[in-house]
Amino acid sequence: MCGIAALQLRNPLLHPQMGSLLSSMMCQIVDRGPDSAGLAVYNTPGLVSAGTSTLSLLGKDQGMALPEVKASLDAMLPADAAAAVRVVGDTTLVSAAVGTDLLVKAVSETLPGSTIIGRGEHVAVMKSVGHPMDIAAEHGLEAMSGSQGLSHTRMATESAVTAGGSHPFSVADDLCLVHNGSFSNHATVRRDLKREGVVFDSENDTEVGARYVASRLQQGDTLEEALVNLGKVLDGFYTLVVTTADSMAVVRDPIACKPAIIAETDDYVAMASEYRALAALPGIENARIFEPEPGKVYTWSL
Amino acid sequence: MVTLTAPETSTDTNAEAAQHAASTDSFSVDLAGSPVRELNQALHNAVDGQSWTVANPEGKHSLAVGIDARVSVTINGHAGYYAAGMHQKGDVTINGNAGVGLAENIMSGRVHVKGDASQSAAATGHGGLVVIDGNASARCGISMKGVDIVVGGNIGHMSAFMAQAGRLVVCGDAGEALGDSIYEARIYVKGTVASLGADCIEKPLKEEHLAELGELLAAAGRTDNPADFKRYGSARNLYHFSVHNSTSY
Repeated sequence: MCGIAALQLRNPLLHPQMGSLLSSMMCQIVDRGPDSAGLAVYNTPGLVSAGTSTLSLLGKDQGMALPEVKASLDAMLPADAAAAVRVVGDTTLVSAAVGTDLLVKAVSETLPGSTIIGRGEHVAVMKSVGHPMDIAAEHGLEAMSGSQGLSHTRMATESAVTAGGSHPFSVADDLCLVHNGSFSNHATVRRDLKREGVVFDSENDTEVGARYVASRLQQGDTLEEALVNLGKVLDGFYTLVVTTADSMAVVRDPIACKPAIIAETDDYVAMASEYRALAALPGIENARIFEPEPGKVYTWSL
Repeated sequence: MVTLTAPETSTDTNAEAAQHAASTDSFSVDLAGSPVRELNQALHNAVDGQSWTVANPEGKHSLAVGIDARVSVTINGHAGYYAAGMHQKGDVTINGNAGVGLAENIMSGRVHVKGDASQSAAATGHGGLVVIDGNASARCGISMKGVDIVVGGNIGHMSAFMAQAGRLVVCGDAGEALGDSIYEARIYVKGTVASLGADCIEKPLKEEHLAELGELLAAAGRTDNPADFKRYGSARNLYHFSVHNSTSY
């Protein structure tokens, strides 16, 4: 059992409330996965900025003082890259006005022991071990503004309770995936992807799903096509939520082993494992509330 | 039809109980300010004739479970998992949707959901009536053992799986594998059936079936015409294990 709460805000007037709304949703899914948690937030001022790549690194302590990290990055990157390094909660954020690939290279050389848990122009990813609401508070979720937010509370089954095993998995620019359930053939699919040159960060089954989706998107699939293909290749129980810079997708396995409920209004699309996570959203009494059909891919774009 | 005995009858005969039974006290509970456990304890202490209104359920789990008296409970809003589970005698109305496991193991009485119900509604129910005005998700009436279920909309896949007794009425469409491994329950569907499960077949709709269907629809407050439905039930080929059927299970 895990908990998922995701929110896409269609009405920009709600953007300042993204964090408080997501926080209110998340606190209702803590029971479903109290061991660790993660968050992905999109277009949050102070965490990401347009025209700049941002990498989210696991942990606040990277074994090197922040000014030294910045100096090392400045030395490696073009003069106008204006690298910035800061710690938010238990996450280190590195930004620079260069492409993501170049920033990944510079960070990997500067901090070879670091784990990159989020990348892109729009997304910041934060995850840790402990009570989900402590993690959310430590990162200051309540005050965050943004266009989309994704949260996950984990009850670990397929790999250990570690920060790296927490969701979301963000393995391509602005792409995040969270999972309630378990993939049964993840080792096989991982081997196939490794043969194609894909590099993994963890032993987690969900990372395989995320890497698979990223691989399909890279090969030209739309988000919907990638998730249809995932259903053909990965076996197991799943409710997945996938977010990109401007879209959100939900899919459940064909026998609907794991719960999901969606509320849609003119102002937002919200998805959660259980209705109680949606109960406090504004205008919920007039929302269109439905359970996604098994095996059907739902997508919404901003 | 074989129906397992539901503890339908009240044996309260002493004067005190009778006095309580005559009372028509009304109570209201606001779950924004009190825990579900208190509500359920109060309902367990309740006596025949009382009516209860519950405000701000907000999808909380296990609302109004274990009722064992002729009380009337109205929940104004959406309920979470296992609402009105292990229900006997009473009458529960949910003015909203219900989560997984609505009226699980209901023995008697009535549970009415005005919106949709999630998976496994009325699972293993032995008796009573469960009415869902909207849609029900997968596994509606799974292992039903005598409960009657009337769904105004559609039902999901694997509904009435291993159904043993009772009636399932669907005014919309049914999902895949309806009535898989069914024993003796009777299923009535007005719309389409995506597929029938193992050993579930369409059967003739005779006068006696039109009559019972009419009664069930009326009990659910519906005006659908019984003649528009088709009946499904067990082919009884898998009723007893036979090695020849091993690939059919």
